[in-house]
Amino acid sequence: MEFEVQAMFKSFPFLLEGMKWTIYFTVTGLILGFAIGVIIGFGRTAKNKLLFSAATVYVEIIRGTPILVQAIWIYYALPELLGFNLNEFMAGTAAIAINSGAYIAEVVRGAIQGVPKGQREAGRSLGLNHFQTMRYIIWPQAFKRMIPPLGNQFIISLKDTSLFSVIGAAEMTLKATVVVAANFSYLEVYSLLALMYLSLTIPLTIALRSLERRLDVS
Amino acid sequence: MNIIQVTDLHKSFGDLEVLKGITEEIKEGEVVCVIGPSGSGKSTFLRCLNMLEEITAGEVLVDGFNLIDPKIDINEVRAETGMVFQHFNLFPHMTALENVMLAPAKVRGISKEEAKTAGLAMLEKVGLSDKAYVYPDNLSGGQKQRVAIARALAMNPKVMLFDEPTSALDPELVGEVLEVMKDLAKEGMTMVVVTHEMGFAREVGDRVLFMDEGIIVEQDLPEKLFSDPKNDRTKEFLRKIL
Repeated sequence: MEFEVQAMFKSFPFLLEGMKWTIYFTVTGLILGFAIGVIIGFGRTAKNKLLFSAATVYVEIIRGTPILVQAIWIYYALPELLGFNLNEFMAGTAAIAINSGAYIAEVVRGAIQGVPKGQREAGRSLGLNHFQTMRYIIWPQAFKRMIPPLGNQFIISLKDTSLFSVIGAAEMTLKATVVVAANFSYLEVYSLLALMYLSLTIPLTIALRSLERRLDVS
Repeated sequence: MNIIQVTDLHKSFGDLEVLKGITEEIKEGEVVCVIGPSGSGKSTFLRCLNMLEEITAGEVLVDGFNLIDPKIDINEVRAETGMVFQHFNLFPHMTALENVMLAPAKVRGISKEEAKTAGLAMLEKVGLSDKAYVYPDNLSGGQKQRVAIARALAMNPKVMLFDEPTSALDPELVGEVLEVMKDLAKEGMTMVVVTHEMGFAREVGDRVLFMDEGIIVEQDLPEKLFSDPKNDRTKEFLRKIL
């Protein structure tokens, strides 16, 4: 067996090109996913039965199906319902958004419900209405609790983008398979691919741990 | 004039009836202490007075507002009713001053500067001017409860409700909170105080209500109720705790 470092260097620019899309899917997908998560998460805390049920159905469907299936469903099946095609970048972004939205919804629900109920009572007893109590008292405390699990979701979603090679999105993993098809340097290229994922996830994990520690102190 | 008028108040949690018909009037300026064994419904009674608990049946009038009338704005009533909790329930992400300023600014709609001036005055009143910019985590229990009192007072309420305000405090911190409450009583504030502090009830209370099993068993002037209780259950309770 021979390890050709040269092959790694040569394929690096191609993988770097793919990394841009990996980051693009992760960031835009999660921004949208956070918006979905907040809406669905509030639905999961709602007293209104209809809102609660709708939010619960969403969370169960998404958490009960693999993200790979969601991605191919959005890319290949959904256009039949919509009547127009989605390109692979729209489909990938949508898959991350819809998928992470369900998990973030549970993060939001847990964080809101984790704020002691005396906080709500204190707010309401002062004459603040439901919305004001949420806005000034519950949400700031809940948001702090959300940060660590949101960071975890960021890392999970980042790794999930590797599945979008199946819908032909030119992210890092697809780029690697294309390079390998040309030079057959499986060991070098796929090792580099793994290292490049680690170069994203390890700093994120470290940043997250230090953030968690700081949040604990305050 | 009666600021609080309760007529045949019932409250159930599921099948469990906690309040079994309470009728009571509280006059403006009166200090009423509510005593009784745990589980007697005294906290629930207090919480019904500002609708922190939904009323199952009966009628509660606060400052002329009928709480069970769906047309009233409950936030308006609560703005006139200060509440102090056993566990303080200060907002941990705000300084003492911000805790005190929040409701006047958001509910009354006064300017930040006005709210700040008023808030500092309130903190001074409870002896905590020097803690204005401190977060609740760095306050002692007694200080927290005094901030909580200042927070409620900042709304200029017509009535103050106290739900076992000293029960969660270390014994040496009880005094400073009771002092603040005494001052408040002297100023003529209408107060309903659920408490285990019999000394406070005797000294400061205009009237003492003894509750057991969801009803007001007996009520009287403190000196009478403590020295010459009429009801057997009152006698037994007082024998146990005094």
